[in-house]
Amino acid sequence: MGMTMTQKILAKHAGLESVTEGQLIKAKLDMVLGNDITSPVAINEFNKNGFDNVFDKSKISLVMDHFTPNKDIKAAIQCQQCRGFAEKYDIDNFYDVGNVGIEHALLPEKGLVVPSDCVIGADSHTCTYGALGAFSTGVGSTDMAAGMATGEAWFKVPGAIKFNLTGKLGRWVSGKDVILHIIGMIGVDGALYQSMEFSGEGLKSLSMDDRLCMANMAIEAGAKNGIFEVDEITLDYVKGRTNRTFETFKADPDAVYNRVIDIDLSEIRPTVAFPHLPENTKTIDDVGEIKIDQVVIGSCTNGRYSDLETAAAVVKGKKVAKGVRAIVIPATQQIYLDALRNGLLEIFVEAGMVVSAPTCGPCLGGHMGILAPHERAVSTTNRNFVGRMGDVTSEVYLASPAIAAASALTGYISDVKE
Amino acid sequence: MKAHGIVHKYGDNVDTDVIIPARYLNTSDHKELASHCMEDIDKEFVSRVKQGDIMVANMNFGCGSSREHAPIAIKASGIGCVIASTFARIFYRNAINIGLPILECDEAAKDIDAGNEVEIDFDTGVITNITKDRTYQAQPFPDFIKEIIKSGGLLNSLKG
Repeated sequence: MGMTMTQKILAKHAGLESVTEGQLIKAKLDMVLGNDITSPVAINEFNKNGFDNVFDKSKISLVMDHFTPNKDIKAAIQCQQCRGFAEKYDIDNFYDVGNVGIEHALLPEKGLVVPSDCVIGADSHTCTYGALGAFSTGVGSTDMAAGMATGEAWFKVPGAIKFNLTGKLGRWVSGKDVILHIIGMIGVDGALYQSMEFSGEGLKSLSMDDRLCMANMAIEAGAKNGIFEVDEITLDYVKGRTNRTFETFKADPDAVYNRVIDIDLSEIRPTVAFPHLPENTKTIDDVGEIKIDQVVIGSCTNGRYSDLETAAAVVKGKKVAKGVRAIVIPATQQIYLDALRNGLLEIFVEAGMVVSAPTCGPCLGGHMGILAPHERAVSTTNRNFVGRMGDVTSEVYLASPAIAAASALTGYISDVKE
Repeated sequence: MKAHGIVHKYGDNVDTDVIIPARYLNTSDHKELASHCMEDIDKEFVSRVKQGDIMVANMNFGCGSSREHAPIAIKASGIGCVIASTFARIFYRNAINIGLPILECDEAAKDIDAGNEVEIDFDTGVITNITKDRTYQAQPFPDFIKEIIKSGGLLNSLKG
């Protein structure tokens, strides 16, 4: 019986010829990731259980991105604990204020993940690296502790849903709209315990930033991982970022899928997820009149350079509507620097937007843009659960950078006006 | 091993942001996390919950963020078992890894109401609703997971 792309990568890391859906395996890990919220819990467990060494100091990444620059004393103490652990075990990939970026933008940028890797991260959006053709999945802090100690993790081999992409995205339509459309179609548990595998000739029109955004939100459909077939676009992106060599895997022609879904990219419209679930989607044509108080452009979903470029193209020479607070968060220092050098930051500031240091910040209601009761935000982030960005009565509408930027200008959820 | 208690009932897609809001994730202290458990969907939960009580919910319980603080908060608040129609996969792993008993049982999740008195036999997977005088059969754990639970969590099982 043929294997899916995910199954082939898992088999390879488990040292097996083949694996099948439902099989329990132990796989070798190429990277174990944690952030300033999940790592302290992992470090406590690591210490409590008497481990005194890490499996490989070059295969652990500790990224201080959630509540940084430290939002309060307790957050500062959590980073201090991570810093101490990183020093003690001489962790190569420890990122702190000054070189830190949002983890799922940072690791690909630094070449720390390559195609066919097997990665776990104590952050649910670790599924992002599937854009590079890696098997990558979110776990909890105890799994992270075990991973740091042993370099292995247990998995139940997932089945898969195949997304066969055709066509080409229209102007102002992005990977964000595609993944919101898909989540709207299959629901927040539509891919529970399964892989989402993206392939087809439509891939050619999806940039690496589009793919990273789509794989990022696989978890929002309940998936174990999202994964893209490796092509020239992937290889171009990885080139120059790593010296590691890697194999690439394609799904077998007779791979078994639980479901196959055809998506014509040319039919996708800008899509918005209404409160309080990412599956509550409407196209921009059906949103009606929704007045907003805040716009957030950033996060591990949409804080990459092309996202900022799109937003800047929309707001250039214009002003944010009265009563709207617009916050732009470049996801990494490199993205910040590129945006600075190419004049994007100037465009944002002149439009009346504020530019923040790289942080997860408001996405999870941490800091840098928390909502008051009954306020509404259009956000390029990935979750719109009750209370996610602030008060329990506040509302988050998920959208692309183009829609978020256009909405900032009008004060209502809006499409881009040419 | 058995659990026995009064049921706190929730619906579909209970996400980890409402189980423990991110504004409290600046600590990993179990008691402090428990003091805010379920705060954003059920303000009274913390004052109502008693040691050994049971949490029951419908589809996709624990979806969203991978924060282990969520099962930690539930466990530290005294909950002896969570029953749901389905669990989000990261929450499922985390609960097993930290030793919070959880059971998938659609029939029980649908039939059990808030305030029912329920008993669970983990060896057989039989859930008894004492209030309604009914029983339901939950999916038993695979042996691999039983081993983790038996050794007292994932890290203990590795030391074995």
